[in-house]
Amino acid sequence: MSSRIAALDLQVVGKPRRRVDARAKVTGQTRFADDLFLPRMLHCKLLRSPHPHARIRRIDARAAVTAPGVKLVLTGVDLPIPYGILPVSQDEHALCLNRVRFVGDPVAAVVAVDEQTACEALDGIRVDYEPLPTIADPEEALTTPQPRIQPYGDGNVHKKVALQFGEVDAAMASADRVFEDIFFYEGSTHLAIEQHAALAAVDPDGKLTLWSSTQTPHYVHRALSRVLGISPAHIRVIATPNGGGFGGKSDPFNHEIVVAKAAMLLGRPVKICLTREEVFYCHRGRHPVLMKLVTGVNGDGRIVAMDLQTLLDGGAYGSYGVASTFYTGALQTVTYEVPRYRFRGCRVFTNKPPCGPKRGHGTPQPRFAQEIQLDKIAVALGRDPAELRKSQLAKPHALTANYMRIGTMGLGECIDRVVAGSGWKNKHGKLRFGHGVGLACSSYLCGAGLPIYWNALPHSGVQLQLDRSGRVAAFCGATEIGQGSDDVLANLVAEVLGIDPFDIRLVSGDTDLGPVDLGSYSSRVTLMMGHAALQAAERARDLIAQAVSASLEVPASRLVFAGRRVFDAEAPARGVSFAEAVQRGEAMHGTLGTTGSYTPPESAAKYKGGGVGPSPAYSYSACVVEVQVQPETGWVEVEKIWIAHDIGRSLNPVLARGQVEGSVYMALGEALMEEMAYRRLPRHLSGVLVHKFPSLLEYKSPTTLEMPEVITYLVENPDEAGPLGAKEVGQGPLLPVMPAVANAVYDAVGVRVDEVPITPEKVLRALGDRESRRCGPKSFPFIVWPEPLKVAPPWEGGDGTAVNEKPRRRKEGVLMSPDVVQPGLAPHPSTPEAGQKTESSESSPEMPEVLR
Amino acid sequence: MMRCGRFHYHAPRTLRDACAMLQDAGSDGMLLAGGTDLVPNMKRRQQTPKVVISLRHVAGLRDAGPDGNRVRLGAMLTLSDLTAKEEVRARHTALFKAAAQVATPHLRNMGTLGGNLCLDTRCNYYDQNYEWRKAINFCMKKAGEICWVAPSSRRCWAISSTDTAPALIALGAEVALATRDGERTLGVADFCRDDGIQYLTRNPDEILTQVLLPIPAPGESSTYWKLRRRGSFDFPVLSVAAWIRRPPEGRVEAARLVLGSVASRPVIAEAAAGLVGTTLSEDVIEAVAEEASRLAKPLDNTDFSLGWRKKAARYLITGALRELRGDDPQTLGPLARRAAELAPVG
Amino acid sequence: MSASGGVTPRAESRTRLSLRVNGEPVEVLFETYKTLLEVLREDLGLTGTKHGCELGECGACTVLVDSRPVLSCLLLAAECEGSHVRTVEGLAQGACLHPIQETFADLGAAQCGYCTPAMLMTACALLEKHPSPSRGDIRQALSGVLCRCTGYLQIFEAVEAAERRIRENSPGGSEGGG
Repeated sequence: MSSRIAALDLQVVGKPRRRVDARAKVTGQTRFADDLFLPRMLHCKLLRSPHPHARIRRIDARAAVTAPGVKLVLTGVDLPIPYGILPVSQDEHALCLNRVRFVGDPVAAVVAVDEQTACEALDGIRVDYEPLPTIADPEEALTTPQPRIQPYGDGNVHKKVALQFGEVDAAMASADRVFEDIFFYEGSTHLAIEQHAALAAVDPDGKLTLWSSTQTPHYVHRALSRVLGISPAHIRVIATPNGGGFGGKSDPFNHEIVVAKAAMLLGRPVKICLTREEVFYCHRGRHPVLMKLVTGVNGDGRIVAMDLQTLLDGGAYGSYGVASTFYTGALQTVTYEVPRYRFRGCRVFTNKPPCGPKRGHGTPQPRFAQEIQLDKIAVALGRDPAELRKSQLAKPHALTANYMRIGTMGLGECIDRVVAGSGWKNKHGKLRFGHGVGLACSSYLCGAGLPIYWNALPHSGVQLQLDRSGRVAAFCGATEIGQGSDDVLANLVAEVLGIDPFDIRLVSGDTDLGPVDLGSYSSRVTLMMGHAALQAAERARDLIAQAVSASLEVPASRLVFAGRRVFDAEAPARGVSFAEAVQRGEAMHGTLGTTGSYTPPESAAKYKGGGVGPSPAYSYSACVVEVQVQPETGWVEVEKIWIAHDIGRSLNPVLARGQVEGSVYMALGEALMEEMAYRRLPRHLSGVLVHKFPSLLEYKSPTTLEMPEVITYLVENPDEAGPLGAKEVGQGPLLPVMPAVANAVYDAVGVRVDEVPITPEKVLRALGDRESRRCGPKSFPFIVWPEPLKVAPPWEGGDGTAVNEKPRRRKEGVLMSPDVVQPGLAPHPSTPEAGQKTESSESSPEMPEVLR
Repeated sequence: MMRCGRFHYHAPRTLRDACAMLQDAGSDGMLLAGGTDLVPNMKRRQQTPKVVISLRHVAGLRDAGPDGNRVRLGAMLTLSDLTAKEEVRARHTALFKAAAQVATPHLRNMGTLGGNLCLDTRCNYYDQNYEWRKAINFCMKKAGEICWVAPSSRRCWAISSTDTAPALIALGAEVALATRDGERTLGVADFCRDDGIQYLTRNPDEILTQVLLPIPAPGESSTYWKLRRRGSFDFPVLSVAAWIRRPPEGRVEAARLVLGSVASRPVIAEAAAGLVGTTLSEDVIEAVAEEASRLAKPLDNTDFSLGWRKKAARYLITGALRELRGDDPQTLGPLARRAAELAPVG
Repeated sequence: MSASGGVTPRAESRTRLSLRVNGEPVEVLFETYKTLLEVLREDLGLTGTKHGCELGECGACTVLVDSRPVLSCLLLAAECEGSHVRTVEGLAQGACLHPIQETFADLGAAQCGYCTPAMLMTACALLEKHPSPSRGDIRQALSGVLCRCTGYLQIFEAVEAAERRIRENSPGGSEGGG
């Protein structure tokens, strides 16, 4: 903890406040993407594949092209350049070129005068498919290398990673007890209530503008430039406020590219809004993960070694999958001390919508595994689960075995708070049969230490502009997805300049008007944009202070910015209004504008794969869940939840609490009822593989009636790495809830459900299994793992590099796509070649015949 | 955005006009009541009427009142109208609880009694968008050949998912059906058929206008328990309507037990006869529940696994009967609290 | 009006309708297949009313028709002849926010803001009908609108705070706003 930032006297920060965008939201004036209507606007609909896996032989769109009201029909050949969020998996096409990979993969687009006409015209497109065998799950993918869903990877294995930190086998052999468990975490989706929508228009000067419900306008900007072959300087992406994101709007999406292309070809605005079913097909949600976790402990339950294997069902495309795979291992060391650690992860392709990042990205699954296993260890050793955890918390201000650098670490206090609040000591193991409490903990990133593509540039930038009226405008590429990023920006600038957050004009999420911010993902905005905002505001304050100091003849160091005034700390009456102060600044310096930016510190993890996991700071959460379980039916009711979150510093407690409660809500859905379920029809009849119920009715999102009482504790333990000590709160509090529910069910009825969702069926099955008293996966498939990269932990003389790694080329220059550094003219000459070099899914495409 | 296909819209003011329009439209026509079933089905192209005849403005269909020893309830009363009626809450508990648990408060403000009785049967191979159904090459209920739930079956196994029908059968209610030429009444049980496609005995030119509900005699009581994953939105995956006549401190003189959402129609459990002459002891309740739950032969076309739904059937029946014996559902555990959920605010 | 079904649906594809929207008389000509949701957003420019499924499965499109919360995605606009439709745009009195808007804004009841109009309209109807709802009443009344952001608790608190505010500001103590 830093006493310096802890002791700051703050005017705005930390006070419960109405968020700056609240008025727009409660009056219905917030303009979401589908709320935009432009003159002469056309509407787009996508024709999607009814086959889970097939070759496209022929597309006959003649009837659609000639239908009244139809303006354009696009197919894959119109957008042949692949793209994808990660440079290593550029495997998507805006419209499938010659192969469809899941039911819902887009094949053609119709643009028409209205949506109904576009929809009707889809029936006029005849596509001949040659169906291919499908892969439904990871076990099938491992044993079925052909036909391949993607041309890269190994058979249908997308990626295998193996890392080892210290001599795990030796440590395991010396452990007093070794616990081996297998867990399964079912996939789930974000289910933002706003369906994805995008609107593209050609500006009067011929440039392209895309409005989209995206969390990552910067990455969409890059993808558009690449696929459309035009300079990014001629493309403007505006992220409209997202009606919920949760990670589901973090990839560049096919529909965004399609409407951009259509607008360019037609010279008219083109809009698309996906149906709920289509949103299920965009997915990028939680990976289903099968896990085998082996942990060696000494006699009192302290971990001496951990060995984790994960098998991820990736769906049909790469998306963030490589990062997701690493994330299933990266943060296991950040919560408790793990002296030696081996992690092996494998992601496979299946004929389902692609998985990607959902709140907690890759980490809730192994967290679920470890927190349940710790509960089992506590039971086996007769220790209190809370005490067992507290006795081996990861050390603050230290490196972990895999070289994650921890700053402040408030987990101990979090545990104390929920233990005290819930009456844990009088409840755990002591309630009557059918009632129980469970505890679990977690940690999470405050922003990924590395960007999606390698570069040495800032991760976030803020620009301020001030004028003689006293008006302050703040510009930033960060994206408001409901989490309150605009409020964080206004909050911090206002704090430094001594004005009210509502005094500030905000311009965010616009690639033309604001400096780059990488986007609203990995809980990075508060920390990274926050630092940039502080820097810009402090620079502005210094310029103004210099001028006021000169005119008031008060040393600048004595000037206070507060209450819309700038005054002498020693004689508060001696001062000027903020507007007057700005005028003096403008008179002295000319037009006032400042910038701030933030680049995370260099990571200590130098090994390959060490790019995933490092963060400037880590947040911590602890949670106690109380349940009632009905033994006759297995019905589980969550009665109350106590959750404590180490937020470093809470910038606006109203919003912070909302993030915690929202995380708990989403976590309860995953814990109890939500699942991305698929169904394969009988093989002898068709074998088609479909999403079981792509609807808001059958995908069970809890209603008001399922939400229990939640007691939230914000633990404020300012971290030097965060702006004014702040850490994240948007994702971390989700993680402990699922395992806490599972542990509570055990406390209530004495059975383990080692998978989510914890449905009544599973509880009943576990109750009925007199032998195992458990419901969960029974085996982990045999996987041929590569030799792990061996990295000695810091306490064994390691330096963060792997001893058996081939020297790596510096990749900055290679992987930074030229379209970002060269403001070239349209069309961009180097883009198609760039597409060929990466792992394109269509290395030798046999193109279908297209009739239009 | 999901949109309805194109259609003609008619808004008759009189029942006579409505009957005439329906007859004229023939197989192209469909009746629109609250819209909460037909409109989503039109958007998913499960139903593609060329002519939609709205009953909203037809005079008389919202009337309610006594009629001899019965109560007449207009078919166009919304479910909220129904639950707001004190006499429904007080005297026809099974109907009240059934209506009060349909979908959501918003949908109950729209959905009608008649509409809920005529609710299309449901199946998660059928309640899907056009594109999804195209991917499985459709099913026999709409545009296809096969029943995906039971591929060797010659019939459709879509599930009756109405909340009010089981309750009304248990209460001994009848429906009135009007045509251009007149009106007929029949028991709600006879109004339903065990076929996922032809799930009603209503003729295509008939309009359901009224529900006729016997006014309960002293000693009569009823209840309705509904099983669903969430306390709102969800259709029943299983429901139990129970009715008994039992003088205070006496023995059961008559009983009816109806299971909903276990077949293409509500299923009457003859096992209820086992309650007659008893004082609803625990043994009797369990024996009846055991026998009645055998009627529940769930298929894999709705929420929850079949095995569990079958187990839950016994639990639900037991609970409903205990409630009629006088037990407080609030004391019967979380699922009972959920299943026996009482009154929403309007 | 003819009841014959022989004409192609295109032939009379538009409907003219008179209704009141947020207290003002409105006449609108629209494609007959449209629901109230589509007409509000596309023909009347009232985009405050949202949509998340268009099938009655999320509640995001809630508006008040004759004071009752209903789902505009399932109500054919043609059915609304003579109705009074209230949307989030009509909630404030001029520049003065409705108490429920104030408390939603102050207490974190709106995060992304997408379900907010539906929550507001539902809560507004609740307070007009039941001036002192319990937490249980609020839960029930709002159970027809899904929110993925908040976990609902701050929404419940905002409704309770609005109820207090309305009660304190009205001498009669029972009349809701709107």
